[in-house]
Amino acid sequence: MNLLAYGHVFYGILLRELMKFIHQRSRFFSALVRPLVWLAVFAAGFRAALGISIIDPYQTYITYEVYITPGLIAMVLLFNAMQSSLSMVYDREMGSMRVLLMSPMPRSYLLLCKLMASAIVSLPQAYAFLLIARLFGVKPPLEGFFWLAPALLISALLLGALGLFISSFIRQLENFAGIMNFVIFPMFFMSSALYPLWKMQEAGEWLYRLCVFNPFTYCVELIRYSLYGQFNSEALLIVLTSLILFIFLSILCFNPQRGH
Amino acid sequence: MNIRKVFFLLTTCASMMATQAIASIAYISNEKDNTLSLIDLDTLEVIDTVNVGQRPRGIVFNKDFSKLYICASDDDTVQVMDVASHKVINELPSGEDPEQFALHPDNQRLYISNEDDALVTVVNTDNRTVIAQIDVGVEPEGMAVSPDGKIAINTSETTSMLHWIDTETNTLIHNTKVDQRPRHVEFSKDGHQLWASAEIGGTVTVLNVDNKQVIKKLEFKIRGIHPDKIQPVGIKLTRDGRYAFIALGPANHVAVVDAKSYEIIDYLLVGRRVWHMEFSPDEKLLLTTNGISGDISVIDVDNLNVTKSIRVGRYPWGIAIRP
Repeated sequence: MNLLAYGHVFYGILLRELMKFIHQRSRFFSALVRPLVWLAVFAAGFRAALGISIIDPYQTYITYEVYITPGLIAMVLLFNAMQSSLSMVYDREMGSMRVLLMSPMPRSYLLLCKLMASAIVSLPQAYAFLLIARLFGVKPPLEGFFWLAPALLISALLLGALGLFISSFIRQLENFAGIMNFVIFPMFFMSSALYPLWKMQEAGEWLYRLCVFNPFTYCVELIRYSLYGQFNSEALLIVLTSLILFIFLSILCFNPQRGH
Repeated sequence: MNIRKVFFLLTTCASMMATQAIASIAYISNEKDNTLSLIDLDTLEVIDTVNVGQRPRGIVFNKDFSKLYICASDDDTVQVMDVASHKVINELPSGEDPEQFALHPDNQRLYISNEDDALVTVVNTDNRTVIAQIDVGVEPEGMAVSPDGKIAINTSETTSMLHWIDTETNTLIHNTKVDQRPRHVEFSKDGHQLWASAEIGGTVTVLNVDNKQVIKKLEFKIRGIHPDKIQPVGIKLTRDGRYAFIALGPANHVAVVDAKSYEIIDYLLVGRRVWHMEFSPDEKLLLTTNGISGDISVIDVDNLNVTKSIRVGRYPWGIAIRP
């Protein structure tokens, strides 16, 4: 099998993801509206309630809107990853996965392509949100837009792998609420997306521990630091390790026969 | 090749030394620590902390920046620090509880407000004697001398007045009633305008110096912050007459005002209880002292954003910058 064939397969899968994304305009719209509601309503309400203090990577005092923006970017990635993984269940049910699996390429490679394609699709969503966030006074330095790209990609891959791993345990396409309740909300709330972890530590030690062991926390921190042109080696290390772990697990657990 | 390397190293060292030599230094008085914090304006880091008298508040350099005058309020004196050695070399007979003062353009007379005595004391800094004491309103605080040196203005917090003092005769020539608790006055660089902040009134009054009439009264409103917390104190005007910056105390914001149209352009978030401010010599940076959070916020004047906050001692109060 030559490299060209590998490239061709990736191109095909990426194209399919992109087409799906472009055709589902409402998905793009809701991917933007969701974090914007958090930014415009939730953050505005909590502006005074949450104390402001200087924490890395910020050099000075920040508003709550500025604080939660990286968390909301990570939320865009999280939703995209979960929707993409859920579409795997749909593909499995509708039989379109068979077409994919007819490819002579190794199955693990096909899954990696799918992950990568889904991660790439999430990038324009994240950037679009960040651009609109400028209207709300969230103005990270311009070089942050550049450093953000790799952080977004790695985080999106991790969340995608996690979604893929979860989707291999879903027998049938149910509504999205299950994923919302048991994956998205706990991951989002038990992270540093909405409040710094030292605030969590004040609330309770066990809650703090849960947040510390949540890989989503490190996606948020990786995004937060890169947005300000800084490098958080701890977050990168944890995200990369979890990425490898979940890719391995999702390939291991992937079973196209499930549900039939 | 080696010679080149040596040459490169030498030039780098030389340029580094050169930049070090021209680096401006901000002196900040820490009211509760009885110290001055020194911040290098190139690196924006605290480079030294110097012990001074009790409760240092207002600080000001003499014209050639060889001496720093420090109001040591609880020692009832104004200390004179030799800037080169950072040693207090003299004390001036300031009267009781000196809080703010202003140096006359003649580089000799210091106008000091004595909060507890309802007095303004004029001190000759050369022979360290009191030239005059002028009765003003209750709790005098803000102090400024006009750029041409003809008028000194004092504010009295309880009487809520601006007292106009003729510096020739050192007598009171006029009073202007302003809003409650005026704390600070600042002349525009051309000397034609006077800006006065009223802490409790929550306003800043702009006056025409020539006819002593009010030109404009500024009011402030910040989304999500109770009006009671908006307490204007420090004022700084850019040399080019473009902006006025007003420190809003417990509102933790600095208001940026268009000094020509008197429109409020923006409110910049800084540390807690922002008090006094000072520009870097090129006016690219404005530093604010934030009393409760114990730090200094650095404002980028061109972009009107806060770039950094630097921790100093407890309750930073006054600030002066040496080029």
